[in-house]
Amino acid sequence: MSGHVRHLYVHLPFCAHRCGYCDFVTVVGREGQHGRYVDALLAELELEHGLLAERLETVFLGGGTPTFTDGRELRRLLAALPSAAEVTVEANPETVTPALARLLRDAGVTRVSLGAQSFQPDLLRVLERRASPAVVRRAFYHLRDANFDNISLDLLHGIPGQSAAALAADIDEALALAPEHISYYELEAKQGTRFAHAHGAELVRQAEAMEGYFDLVVERLNAAGYRWYETANFCLAEADGRDLRAQHNLAYWLGRDYLGLGIGAVSTLGDQRRRNAPRLRAYLGSLAGREAPPREVEALDARTRAEERLMLGLRLDTGLPLSEARRSVDDDALGRVERLGLATLSADGNGRRTLVLTPRGRRLGGAVTVELLA
Amino acid sequence: MDQERIRNFSIIAHIDHGKSTLADRILELTNTVTGREMRAQVLDSMELERERGITIKAQAVRVTWKGHELNLIDTPGHVDFTYEVSRALQACEGAVLVVDAAQGVEAQTVANAYLAIENDLELLPLANKIDLPQADAEGAASELAGLVGDTPDHVLKVSAKTGAGVEAVLDAIVERIPPPSGDPDAPARALVFDSSYDQYRGVVAFVRVVDGRFHAREHILAMAQGTRFETEEVGFFSPTMKAADTLDAGEVGYIITGLKDVAKLRVGDTLTTQARPASEPLPGYKDVKPMVFAALFPTDSDEYPQLRDALERLRLNDASLSYEPETSQALGFGFRCGFLGLLHMEIVRERLEREFDLDLLVTAPTVAYSVTTPAGDVVEVHNPAEMPPERERVDEPYVRASIVVPKDGVGQVMELCTDRRGRFDHMEYPSPERVLLVYELPLAEIVFDFYDQLKSRTSGYAGFDYDFAGFREGELVRLDVLVGGEPVDALSLVLHRDEAYARGRALVDRLREEIPRQMFDVPVQAAIGSRVIARETIKAKRKDVLAKCYGGDITRKRKLLERQKAGKRRMKQVGAVEVPQEAFLAVLNLNDTKR
Repeated sequence: MSGHVRHLYVHLPFCAHRCGYCDFVTVVGREGQHGRYVDALLAELELEHGLLAERLETVFLGGGTPTFTDGRELRRLLAALPSAAEVTVEANPETVTPALARLLRDAGVTRVSLGAQSFQPDLLRVLERRASPAVVRRAFYHLRDANFDNISLDLLHGIPGQSAAALAADIDEALALAPEHISYYELEAKQGTRFAHAHGAELVRQAEAMEGYFDLVVERLNAAGYRWYETANFCLAEADGRDLRAQHNLAYWLGRDYLGLGIGAVSTLGDQRRRNAPRLRAYLGSLAGREAPPREVEALDARTRAEERLMLGLRLDTGLPLSEARRSVDDDALGRVERLGLATLSADGNGRRTLVLTPRGRRLGGAVTVELLA
Repeated sequence: MDQERIRNFSIIAHIDHGKSTLADRILELTNTVTGREMRAQVLDSMELERERGITIKAQAVRVTWKGHELNLIDTPGHVDFTYEVSRALQACEGAVLVVDAAQGVEAQTVANAYLAIENDLELLPLANKIDLPQADAEGAASELAGLVGDTPDHVLKVSAKTGAGVEAVLDAIVERIPPPSGDPDAPARALVFDSSYDQYRGVVAFVRVVDGRFHAREHILAMAQGTRFETEEVGFFSPTMKAADTLDAGEVGYIITGLKDVAKLRVGDTLTTQARPASEPLPGYKDVKPMVFAALFPTDSDEYPQLRDALERLRLNDASLSYEPETSQALGFGFRCGFLGLLHMEIVRERLEREFDLDLLVTAPTVAYSVTTPAGDVVEVHNPAEMPPERERVDEPYVRASIVVPKDGVGQVMELCTDRRGRFDHMEYPSPERVLLVYELPLAEIVFDFYDQLKSRTSGYAGFDYDFAGFREGELVRLDVLVGGEPVDALSLVLHRDEAYARGRALVDRLREEIPRQMFDVPVQAAIGSRVIARETIKAKRKDVLAKCYGGDITRKRKLLERQKAGKRRMKQVGAVEVPQEAFLAVLNLNDTKR
């Protein structure tokens, strides 16, 4: 009997070096362990196989730097993973060679998410990224040459020292590459990190000027024909009938179940969320013995799930069917938010009421969510 | 005891000039306490008194010296308790006026000396701390002599610390202070000069018997209030409670009343027996009215019942503390309390926080205003938010302030007093180095940071004391603070018209800094009636989003939002605007410092 989960996440933690602002589960070096790690991933997949539906909709390889993984091991992994309509791999520009691009394409990858972050040399240095702007552009061309027709660029705004002009230049550079998809995040300097220590004061100084950056991003990308479909995500709107939204991530935002494999990977399975311990040695050890890796389990009651539906659903331009978040929404707050012009409530053809944030509401999405929480 | 052999006296002094140490030496020297029982400052019993070096409650101790019964009546040292001081002094025939020989005459010395003189007491001037290297016993003696109209060689020179000269003080008390002169055969009359509350025995009255005699198990009438009770016990302190068969004319002691409410027996009342009541009470009783008001709110609104219980308990021992429930839209449930003065307010607040472990928000202190309405009614207003919109006139309480200042600080102090709407009355020169300035000042100007300003402008050298001088008409306005168009009741103030603009501006600026940006523009205004005199706008947030949220961080982001929600719930709601408690605290602190 097969399971119901249609979305698979696979974590590949290896990186050449750790960028100062990064807060993902990463492992630097340990090149000798890529093979063992892929073995472990496949062993974990074997253990969890029963959860997966016969046909998957999406597979996503995230990191770390998945494309830093030894090529043979990456190929072995991709070959062994179940196929899916969308298979995305995250890539760092400096790892993308014509050979790698072909490897990915040949292994059935349909979509690449390229971590560009910026096209300004000084800002890339602040971020401790290894790629130069030229390398970022070249990586993109290699992917196109390998016939990828769904490429996403990851970009950051709010980088210490980033002027509005530099942000506008980055947007121009990104648009010039005509990617199908753009993720534009505000840089978060986590307190206590090396990065926050080095740049915190500068960020505070710039805070007021940077308030407008998000607007600038939204306006420029909208004007260039990109659909602002999620708080930080944009895709080409006119695409010959193709839905260029990131289908895997969309599954998260729509509250679907997903299985995560690898260290630090999270799965949400009905009323349970579990997170593998972010410890490489323990992970390898457990799976070498065909045992589940150490992990935390969080019970998700109906109310918690409803809160998450609210938090995630409001991120989308399609809004949130209220029936999915009924328990978590304060009705009085709903009225207040509507009156403030931050959200509208509409009924679709089936009479389902859907709460959609207005453009201004989306800019205040976090605050609106908190306001609405019952 | 034969009245001829009784002496009743007080020790009065400026704070820290050594009153309590002198009292300790007297107890030691008269063998009232043995060395083992001796602890420093025996008379100051409350923890807070010991820490602040002030005496809140008057007490009386009986000692014997060379065949005489000496009753030492301890007095509170501060102006807020002037009435209690004056009642305590009325129970005496004499007072020892203590001055630190290294400091000289201070403002409180002057105020206390005047009080003693008003009460017709024999004053024994005393220069203390003569053991200190910087002491100037002769200088202090001549200042004291000048103050009380005596000769410098009559001034006692003592070191209470070492005990030097203390015997001579006791001898002088016997020789120079007259004995009491009541009528032992007349109907009994006793002055209540203080009281305290004992959990098990109820109200304990401290009395000075003027005429006749009191026993245990006797039916008593408090003449001013009409309270009736039966004495459970009479006795005196030596220094602990010692029951006696009688308290006779001229004697000082205690009466255990069995009453369960201190408010039933007020300081200043006259006790007599129901069996043979006196026809006239002793003169001078007055109902003491609170002059300074502030509302107290628990920081955590769940602590309201604890605050109520704590106030009830405090009031058991402090009949001068009054309070009534107050509800503020912004701050919730609390109490508006009336205090005798600023120090009294500080003491109550500290005791609530310390002894009852409460966290309090205290509104800006205000005074009692007397408001005449257009219809001619006169109402007393203790809460700025209740100031009637239509007013014919407003009268505010004034004080007569005595300020002793080193002569090179006179200019700064006069400037401060003028700034605070003070009216110069006169100036005296108690010594070549120091000047006594007497000003009439609105009490409202004192309740802000007057004392701090005075200290800072004179490098800490100025001393200050005051007495109430009645009500005067003032050009007063009510200043309201509006957030998002809604008045914030707890932040309303009554102040002089000339100050409204600067203060409105300061309040608005501070609130703009303290209130976080909301999802909409929030005007913050200061207004007199419908006229806005200062305005700022807290601009709406432009952006508030979680940068990214994927499968791996849903839990963390959800918890972040839940924490933000919990934070919002802790905020106080003013209309649609959420205001953090800290914003109120910041503004209320701003009210503590005027400029």
